[in-house]
Amino acid sequence: MENILQVKNITMVYPTGVIANKDVSMDVKRNSIHAIVGENGAGKSTLMNVIFGKIHPQDGDVFYKGEKVNFRNPNYAIKAGIGMVHQHLMLAPDLTVAENMILGIEPKKGKIFLDTVNALETTDAVSKKYGMDVPVNKKIKDLPIGVRQRVEILKALFRNAELLILDEPTSVLTPQETEVLFETLFKLKENGKTILFISHKLSEVKKLADSVTVMRDTRVITTKDAAELTEEAIAHLMVGRDINSGRIAEPENPGKVRLSVNNLSYIDYENVQILKDINFDVRAGEILGIAGVEGNGQSELVNILTGLMRPTDGAVSVDGKNIIGMTPRQIRELRISHIPEDRMENGVADIASLEENFIVDRYYKSEFSKKGRLNWKYIKDYSVDLIKRFNILTQSSKTPTGALSGGNIQKVVVARELSSDPELIIAAQPTRGVDIGSEELIHDLLKKARDEGKAIFLISADLDEIIKLSTRIIVIYDGHITKHFTDCRDIRGMDLGPYMLGVKKEEGASGKIHS
Amino acid sequence: MNPLLSSIFSTGFAFAILRVMTPLLFPALGVAVSDLAGSVNIALEGIMLMAAFFGVIVSAFTGSLFLALIAGLAAGILMGALLGYFHLKMKADIILGAIALNMFAAGMTIFLLFLFTGDKGSTSSLQSLVFPSIEIPLLKSIPILGEIFSGHNILTYVALLFVPLFYVLMFKTPLGLRIRAVGQNPDAAESVGINVDKIKLYALMLSGLFGALGGLYLSMGYVSWFSRDMTAGRGFIAIAAATLGGNMPIGILLASLLFGFVNSIAIYIASLNVPSELIQMIPYLVTIIALAIFAIRAQRVKIKVGGEIHEHFDTGDAAIPVADPGKGDS
Ligand SMILES: Nc1ncnc2c1ncn2[C@@H]1O[C@H](COP(=O)(O)OP(=O)(O)O)[C@@H](O)[C@H]1O
Repeated sequence: MENILQVKNITMVYPTGVIANKDVSMDVKRNSIHAIVGENGAGKSTLMNVIFGKIHPQDGDVFYKGEKVNFRNPNYAIKAGIGMVHQHLMLAPDLTVAENMILGIEPKKGKIFLDTVNALETTDAVSKKYGMDVPVNKKIKDLPIGVRQRVEILKALFRNAELLILDEPTSVLTPQETEVLFETLFKLKENGKTILFISHKLSEVKKLADSVTVMRDTRVITTKDAAELTEEAIAHLMVGRDINSGRIAEPENPGKVRLSVNNLSYIDYENVQILKDINFDVRAGEILGIAGVEGNGQSELVNILTGLMRPTDGAVSVDGKNIIGMTPRQIRELRISHIPEDRMENGVADIASLEENFIVDRYYKSEFSKKGRLNWKYIKDYSVDLIKRFNILTQSSKTPTGALSGGNIQKVVVARELSSDPELIIAAQPTRGVDIGSEELIHDLLKKARDEGKAIFLISADLDEIIKLSTRIIVIYDGHITKHFTDCRDIRGMDLGPYMLGVKKEEGASGKIHS
Repeated sequence: MNPLLSSIFSTGFAFAILRVMTPLLFPALGVAVSDLAGSVNIALEGIMLMAAFFGVIVSAFTGSLFLALIAGLAAGILMGALLGYFHLKMKADIILGAIALNMFAAGMTIFLLFLFTGDKGSTSSLQSLVFPSIEIPLLKSIPILGEIFSGHNILTYVALLFVPLFYVLMFKTPLGLRIRAVGQNPDAAESVGINVDKIKLYALMLSGLFGALGGLYLSMGYVSWFSRDMTAGRGFIAIAAATLGGNMPIGILLASLLFGFVNSIAIYIASLNVPSELIQMIPYLVTIIALAIFAIRAQRVKIKVGGEIHEHFDTGDAAIPVADPGKGDS
């Protein structure tokens, strides 16, 4: 098969002096699905941006359809037939699907007016052509992420893209949405399109890709047929060593109940019952995992446990002490830490330095400030120590946190939350969107915390993660607990699925310890 | 009936509301255009002042209403462009840029006023033209409606006409679509080849045009002279009106009517025996109250959204089977 895209000996050095691609070469076959895998910082996005004309390499060439190209900016790449679906979707939230579709190439009526009918029709036509359903007249902000992403793909197709680049398309999707996306991508391939996607979820790569390019530390390690590689082999190539993906060892002996949640209910402003009569315990030295499709009340539950929201009814106690009505700081003072699910929203202040983010919850303690003045010297040493211990890749402790890669930002959050010597850790999506190396590190840290006798409540949309780490698992569906698995040794995703979808449910299920 | 109430329920009062509303409606539309493009324009005060001044001066010296109109519009559009230049090209903070322009306009108009008339207070020594008032043929002879809606200054009708025009411009033309897209997600607009800075500049210039009409009305319709700081905070009340109106034309019209109503009441009360300072405070007080109510309501909505920071997925999606998490058994 002919190559639609070839990159040859690309070397890209950013103005900051960071070398992001070193002598990178890769061939992408026409009408194939090609995955690029690699840890965060390996240089994948940089390579995509070079192809798309967003940045210009110091050395090397890009050939598209056999011709050497040098796109001055992405508009030229789009004209040539390359479409890019960014991780942060490029859509205007208050415009409708159709308006977003035709933005920049608006159909006109009588020279000055927008031809809205035409806009709706063309959108509908493109969506029919590729069998990708979208509500043409709805505003983007009213659509779930999966549908928004579909709009973004259609946008590229509408601009006649033949090569579609997707930057970590599944990192924001639920398992269901991921399935739908995969079907879409297969359909596009049938339609003759070529797909180039970045991922670090190896199960996806195996399921989807025809070929895989593995990048590590600015270089391409290899490009191979996906069929030739096992997941383990890819993981090995990516990190350069073996990865442990099995279930972690069972805890020795869980101790007393630390967190106790009793008959918790939450009804929101619109009078919708989000949580119904939730009961569970978390003991010292165990990890209680909560599985569920996102949006079934997990986020509200976490907000209540951490003092960000008040329940409508019910009790939450930590070591026998009622925490409802306490402020987040009071709750933190009880040695409860919280890894929030959205690191950019609630985890860090992106323009603040690592140092500042490390001390936000403890700046008032005597080590960090005296007489109202911060002790920056101490804070710096403290931060450098955390950066080392948690293996955070950064230029310095004064770097703005937002400049780090997603995986490293997550490590900043984890470092802060685990270094406060907590007794109870509430970990929401602790490895969302991070690379395998960081994921492994975070998993190890959580296991270590558990073995030291900490109580851990794990919330994750990633079933593999729940199964890998949890001592016990509860399943939540539509705001109530549908099942409690006390022995998780041989549990599989399929066992959880029906309870997550509410197909099966155990009456009065609770995560309480009866002993 | 008590004299105040009887005057409020008179057609003259309703007429006054429209009259008083006009110099709020124009700049409020101006604020909304730039707001929709994602640039907060608080320079309407200065824009109106400049337009009001140049309109009077040019009309007095040339005797041409048309040239006065052109001069006023040019002054407003130029102010908008200048703000765009500071903000987009020089990368200055748009709020600071606008504050500078407001202060510049206040000082500049007084300086030029003195230069042209030798007076630092007003142009009362000059003979300025005014935009004509018009009687609407059929409407005029309808009893109550005619008294309220006919006989206004032509710019009042233009202002009312601008309400649907604004809607068409923003929602039915490619330019409007682009302005809104740029305001909502500039990266998205840029990614489809739209020149974000150019669109923002256009929006600021449009904003200047709307503001200029408000200024012209003030000095050449509402009254027939220019006096220092004659905008008296209307450019800021316009921001409140645009905010209350949700940047949507009908909302802005209603908000402007509300402020017009309050202003008219203040004018009517002034004839009673109440300290005038107290009365002059009323419109501003109402602005603060209205904004506070608006903010509280917005806060409520935000809390509600905050409760569901996380996308609530249509549970219909759950009908699709869970991705077989086959990795679990490895
Ligand atoms: N705009 C930029 N300026 C400077 N350095 C950058 C920029 N973007 C990425 N980098 C650096 O280049 C390296 C490769 O990053 P990237 O291409 O984003 O990797 P990946 O997509 O594989 O996570 C990293 O060290 C990153 O910090």
